[in-house]
Amino acid sequence: MIDLVIALAYLLSAVLFIVGLKRLSSPRTARRGNMIGAAGMLIAIVATLLDKEIVGWTWILVGAVVGSVAGLLFAYRVKMTGMPQMVALLNGFGGGASALVATDEYMRYAAGTTVPHYDIQTTIMLGLIVGGVTFSGSLIAWAKLQEVMTGKPILFAGQKVVNALLLLGALALAAYLVVVDANMPLYLVLVGASLLLGVFFVIPIGGADMPVVISLLNSYSGIAACMTGFVLSNNALIISGALVGASGIILTKIMCDAMNRSLANVLFAGVGATVAGPAGPGGAVAKPVKDISAEDAAILLTYAREVIFVPGYGMAVSQAQHQVRELADILTAKGVDVKYAVHPVAGRMPGHMNVLLAEANVPYPQLMEMDAINPEFDHTDVSVVIGANDVVNPAARHDAASPIYGMPILDVDKSKNVIVMKRSLNVGFAGIDNELFYNDNTRMLFGDARKMLTALIHELKVNA
Amino acid sequence: MLAGLMVSIYVFVLAIFVGFEVIAKVPQMLHTPLMSGSNAISGITIVGALLVAGRLESPLSAVLGAVAVAFAMVNVAGGFAVTDRMLQMFKRKPEEAGK
Repeated sequence: MIDLVIALAYLLSAVLFIVGLKRLSSPRTARRGNMIGAAGMLIAIVATLLDKEIVGWTWILVGAVVGSVAGLLFAYRVKMTGMPQMVALLNGFGGGASALVATDEYMRYAAGTTVPHYDIQTTIMLGLIVGGVTFSGSLIAWAKLQEVMTGKPILFAGQKVVNALLLLGALALAAYLVVVDANMPLYLVLVGASLLLGVFFVIPIGGADMPVVISLLNSYSGIAACMTGFVLSNNALIISGALVGASGIILTKIMCDAMNRSLANVLFAGVGATVAGPAGPGGAVAKPVKDISAEDAAILLTYAREVIFVPGYGMAVSQAQHQVRELADILTAKGVDVKYAVHPVAGRMPGHMNVLLAEANVPYPQLMEMDAINPEFDHTDVSVVIGANDVVNPAARHDAASPIYGMPILDVDKSKNVIVMKRSLNVGFAGIDNELFYNDNTRMLFGDARKMLTALIHELKVNA
Repeated sequence: MLAGLMVSIYVFVLAIFVGFEVIAKVPQMLHTPLMSGSNAISGITIVGALLVAGRLESPLSAVLGAVAVAFAMVNVAGGFAVTDRMLQMFKRKPEEAGK
């Protein structure tokens, strides 16, 4: 009887996860959706605690208290600009938990507590490998995003060969452990190999490609949970894990499409390792850039009817989202029509810019996706680029020699005037010069985004 | 045994399709909360962690289980809480924004 109740409770929690994710299709219903998901999780946890296999509570309590406190502390203290790191860490913990569960299940087989089955053992191995890769890979991604280690790709000779051998070796070892011999020391070697694979998987990937890596690790953490589900023959885990796996895969694809690069290129090409000097291709260097003072920029904005803000990673770095919003408020009060254009890969994770602008109280109907906003640049008086670079480089449209050729971009160069806020003329992540900066209708406002925005706000207030 | 595994594989494949259908409708604007929220859902591995920590087969197993529970709870508690924190910031009109 109790088993039936538990089984139905798991089914209910899987249904609640699906309903919750469905509600994420609109910002109006999303918050409720997240709570429905949390309710599903609570039901699954309570159902598990009713399981008669559970005989002691001490360790559960210790783990649950430590984990919950740490999780809630992270959740409420993290800055919105630090969200990519937070998600990377969460991915890692999910993967780590799955790897630990797999390890314990394996110990039971090795000790002869339970009779091994090939199928279950296979999923244990997959759970360990995927979970281990997710854990260590996410920690590296976190370290890169947090700038504890260099955000540049780390490359060495024969890297791909080493990685391929490591992966094949791990799979061969896993097969040996399943088919031939349940051997605990060898299992520990496999644990080490999985962790090493995760490290090697992420180190060759540059900082600006992190949206792809985080999405992919997100997917892995789901697949690891799935494998745990196969080990425990628990369909709730399989369904939930598959949902997360699918979500991560979709996001990965969206990110790759938005850069016009294949997943293989992102993962293995080491893009961003060699940063070319400002002397980029196309002879653009011969032309000087025209800079503009905050005062003149303020005048330009005052006489505009339509203004589009284009935020990029630079806005996140200088935490300028509140100043952007303040400037937009002043302009709106003067009767200017203000919108925001958000490129899918702007920032360090999918949707990063939207969260920052929402934090600064920008109403979400003003946040426009690339396809919706691109036709509007034609009749826009001023586009203000705040710390974005490659995503507004017109070379992507016409210069077949450019590394970003074919990447969909925001057509800011089509607006009547462009103000680019940038700290220097340094190249963007792709290591190439941006011809937008040399256009006749472009003015450069050099300096830290937050300082420059504050100066603009000051000018507008003084002249009001 | 094989029949049970086959059922699980059916469930897995169908759930992936459900996932694609549901997630494809999430707008780009909400992709960060989608990641953290789906992340919290992948904390469902807590089910396995609770079993390991609670069946007390050996001291080592219990400790492994406790660590697994802690990891999964970071994921669950942190994931749902941070998602809620983000989602409450998305306001339709400036007036709702308060503060």
